[in-house]
Amino acid sequence: MLEIKALTRLHIGPVNLSLADGEVIAISGPSGSGKSVLLRAIADLDPNEGSLRTQSGARAGMPAPDWRRKVAYLPAESGWWADIVSEHFTAPAKADLTSLDLPDEAMGWEVARLSSGERQRLAFLRLLEHAPDVLLLDEPTAPLDADNTALFEARIKRCISAGVSVIIVTHDPAQAARIADRHYVLADGQLAEAAHV
Amino acid sequence: MSEYVQLSYFDIALASVFLLLSGVVALWLQLGITRNLAFATVRMVVQLLLVGLLLKSLFAIQSPWLTLLVALFMAGFAAREIWARQERRLKGWRGLAMGGGAMGASVGVVALMALALIVQPDPWWHPRFALPLLGMIMGNAMTGVSLSLDTLHTALNREQRAIEAQLLLGANKWQAMRPFIRQAMRAGFMPSINAMAAIGLVSLPGMMTGQILSGVDPNEAVKYQLMVMFLIAGATGMAVILATLGSANALTDARDRLRLDRLRKSPK
Repeated sequence: MLEIKALTRLHIGPVNLSLADGEVIAISGPSGSGKSVLLRAIADLDPNEGSLRTQSGARAGMPAPDWRRKVAYLPAESGWWADIVSEHFTAPAKADLTSLDLPDEAMGWEVARLSSGERQRLAFLRLLEHAPDVLLLDEPTAPLDADNTALFEARIKRCISAGVSVIIVTHDPAQAARIADRHYVLADGQLAEAAHV
Repeated sequence: MSEYVQLSYFDIALASVFLLLSGVVALWLQLGITRNLAFATVRMVVQLLLVGLLLKSLFAIQSPWLTLLVALFMAGFAAREIWARQERRLKGWRGLAMGGGAMGASVGVVALMALALIVQPDPWWHPRFALPLLGMIMGNAMTGVSLSLDTLHTALNREQRAIEAQLLLGANKWQAMRPFIRQAMRAGFMPSINAMAAIGLVSLPGMMTGQILSGVDPNEAVKYQLMVMFLIAGATGMAVILATLGSANALTDARDRLRLDRLRKSPK
């Protein structure tokens, strides 16, 4: 569950949005309309106003690191701070590599030699370690081919059936139709529900 | 002091011959540094001559307030220099105050301790002791702080994605910045470490050389130099730690966000 009340950041907002457990909304909009800015604000990565809560509690009532574990944001380009993949995981052995068609050796790979698709899939897995309430996905399948996109979406759907609420930014109407319950468009800083998915 | 050799202005002119020669060659090779070299040389001569005059009159006047004023002026200049040596710096007054404050506080404490407990001149603030001591310590602390802040700000800016990746996974700001804080502090400590390693073997420090040249027993000169090195390295270390932690704190906020919007690139 995610409840957003009067969220504002720069030119965006006020945004009011409410997602039930396992509910998915897709957001599209022209590039530069602030879709990533909105997701960053929800994750509290930039200064913003508004009151937000999930089933784990209100954002204002918990330290930001706790909030970000529960409201997990996958940026379009992932960041890596160590040399080897496993160093970015808390429990490397428990990561579900096979679900995204990654071999067991992947944990020993050097980050510098990863393809953008491998990065994206591994970044998603490390995000799932903290059992988030909400996923904020920023064009998550852009660097993936068709097969991997299907696997990725299947992994997202597993989260959804486990009750995770999802906001997914996507340019692909077909993808929005495949996984989202509602469809929003962000334009001029305002989030508007699209007529149909 | 009987062996002290007085220099005439002609001696000094003679000493500058090779610098002049380098300048001429640089001009001939069109290295593009002749102007800088000439400017720096003239600036050094003027600054030192003025400082000589100033110190002479300060020693004669012997006023604590005047001594303090000169010390503050030195600190202000050092703070500005720290600010100017950073490619990216904190916006607004913090840009000047963070480096300058850390440097001033550390140098102040160390210099006061040295004057009050170690050197113990009479009076304790006597400009003949206070100002040279302050100058040596401050010069080194200034270099250390500017190196560490420059390193920190460059690293935080360059590694934004890696830092935010950690924040997004639930790290707090100190965990996320740790490698870069460490890197910045190391940069600030490096000159002190290098200086202590090479001292005596490769380089004879200017102060000790000066004392020996003016007839002081080398053993005594060494003791002075040791004291000064401890003070310098100690003050620099404290200043580097304070400035790095302070600036890292200023570039994040209470909600563990990286606030690169508080950083500005110098318009060079």
